[in-house]
Amino acid sequence: MSARVRSSSLALWRARLFSTPLDSAISLLVLAGLIWAFAPLVRWALINATWAGESRADCVPGGACWVFIKARFGQFMYGFYPATERWRPNLFLGLALAGIVPLFWLEGRTRLRLGLVVLLTLPVLGVWLLGGGLGLRAVETRDWGGLMLTLFIAVYAGLISVPLGILLALGRQSRLPLVRTLSVVFIEFWRGVPIIAVIFLASLLLPLIMPAGVGVDRLARAVIGLGLVIAAYMAEAVRGGLQALPKGQTEAAAALGLGYWQTTGLITLPQALRISLPAMTNEFIALIKNTTLVLVVSILDLLGIAQGSLADPAWVGMNMEAYLFSGTIYWLICFALSRWSRSLEAGGPGSH
Amino acid sequence: MFNRISTSALAAFAMLGAGAATAQTLVPSPTLDAIRTRGSLECGVHVGVPGFSFPNDKGEWSGLDVDYCRALAAAVLGDASKVKFTPTTVQQRWPVLQSGQVDLLSRNTTITFSRNASLGVNFQGINFYEGQTFIVRKASKATAAKDLDGASVCVAAGSTEEKNAADWFRERNLKVTITNFQKNDDAIAAYDAGRCDAYTAGVGALAGQRAKLKTPDEHIIMAEPISNDPQGPVTRYGDERWQAVVRWVLNGMIAAEALGVTSKNVDDMRANSKNAEVRRLLGAEGNFGAMLGLSNDWMFNAIKAVGNYGESFDRTVGSGSTLKLERGQNALWTKGGLLFTPPFQ
Repeated sequence: MSARVRSSSLALWRARLFSTPLDSAISLLVLAGLIWAFAPLVRWALINATWAGESRADCVPGGACWVFIKARFGQFMYGFYPATERWRPNLFLGLALAGIVPLFWLEGRTRLRLGLVVLLTLPVLGVWLLGGGLGLRAVETRDWGGLMLTLFIAVYAGLISVPLGILLALGRQSRLPLVRTLSVVFIEFWRGVPIIAVIFLASLLLPLIMPAGVGVDRLARAVIGLGLVIAAYMAEAVRGGLQALPKGQTEAAAALGLGYWQTTGLITLPQALRISLPAMTNEFIALIKNTTLVLVVSILDLLGIAQGSLADPAWVGMNMEAYLFSGTIYWLICFALSRWSRSLEAGGPGSH
Repeated sequence: MFNRISTSALAAFAMLGAGAATAQTLVPSPTLDAIRTRGSLECGVHVGVPGFSFPNDKGEWSGLDVDYCRALAAAVLGDASKVKFTPTTVQQRWPVLQSGQVDLLSRNTTITFSRNASLGVNFQGINFYEGQTFIVRKASKATAAKDLDGASVCVAAGSTEEKNAADWFRERNLKVTITNFQKNDDAIAAYDAGRCDAYTAGVGALAGQRAKLKTPDEHIIMAEPISNDPQGPVTRYGDERWQAVVRWVLNGMIAAEALGVTSKNVDDMRANSKNAEVRRLLGAEGNFGAMLGLSNDWMFNAIKAVGNYGESFDRTVGSGSTLKLERGQNALWTKGGLLFTPPFQ
């Protein structure tokens, strides 16, 4: 069975790449170009690389020094989070996965209930587990960092932006002039401001304006700022979904005697969200990449930790390793998300 | 709270004993009070400069600028670990200091007139004499910028360094070929590959870049810079007593080196030294700590925990580190450098 599949896919590739002599020549040329372009990278990153050792002295020149990543792996993952407390982010990740993964298998009411429980409890639990207090040792947000912080910012800014974005999209379609105007102004304002300016304002200007002693945490300010900007983009993604729905849907709902909230909650929104899910995922992927902008206010996310590590004289010159490693992690996350959104697009019963 | 009361009580007792010369009351210092209340010093450092401010493998901040903050924490709170670091970027550093999020900045910041005059910040001395200089191959036998006549220098196009170097050579009628590259990294790579005889940048930056070269031992950094960019700790306007503390802890580290007090012999020096200045510095004589509202063993604690300036320099950027930076201008004034402290009298 598998042999037949393989041979048929082989045949498919042969038909695609080598059907005529000219095609064959082009294919071979492209292949040679690829090998020529990537061979040095592979040689550097894999073949000549040093994998075992303790310090920079163990690394062979001319190849990647993955010892550096090994020595700093904890920092890349957790930043300066105290080593004895790292079970907390791990536990949180485990709990989050345990809560979210079943949502893919469950159906109907159970799924809705579990989803609500997860949505209401996990964010609070996360802040407690990571930040401490109430019996746990307090860990200041300045000690958070690395991949953990990148994911934290992305998820919590996402938690702000998705509900707010949906409300704004509905508000923009509202028949009430005040609600509509406010929504439009909010969306257009936040869409028009560069994210980096928002992060700067949230981080630098707010403390100057606010009275001394009244401090909102630096990380919280950045997360809220990012969340507000992304909410405006989310709103436009959801609006696209709402506008794609045929008028007949709302008219039919009205004919059944459903009010605005029932129509929205039961008829239009579920369909609109399904339509706009790919666009929303796109926004979320953009958000994950935008989290790196918090670097300008020296919140040390994955990229910030990578850059900070480069300043350690014990590891000078590890730029390639640091950026390749962190870049690969960002790519893996974003690629996984985009595959997930593709599968939703293809598989979901979204047509009406 | 208890801490605060007990420390100020201690200070009051110390003052009673100080006699007529120091019997005036201490000027209030909100910053010192705040540090004692929160139990830690808030120090703004750089997000990452090799040797000056960087997280080590254990995730602890290290470097010359970081060391100074630890010494300050030891002097004020008696414990060098009671300091929290806020990494700051170039854009962030002033607002973070001005808004009171940090008690001071200790982060590769050049002291200039306009910053002092218009930003509401004071510079409390110099902990590193930075300046643009050149790196050359030892084999070239060039030791100062004036030896570069007829040589070529790799620089990043449009950088301050390019302009400084071109002006400096033109002013002295030296024929130096300036070879432009798009980025600093390209310029240093070209130098390493032998396309130029020299590469130019600040002393501190060159130390970091030399360590990245193929054979760092074959290159020297010229000791005499062609520009003048001294750096040191920064405080905001106001709270003069706090400013004095910041200034004199730095002076104390430099004085300790000049007087031969190190982290290893500091106990012995306090007990047995006959030198009056050493005795005053370490609190064996006089009430110098109390005059600032600190305990009298303030500098003893600082030196015991961090060492004198020279020890800190060697460990972070000097001979004991991978950067192997020569003392150059950062040597004591008695040893051909510029490092100087007013007397502890």
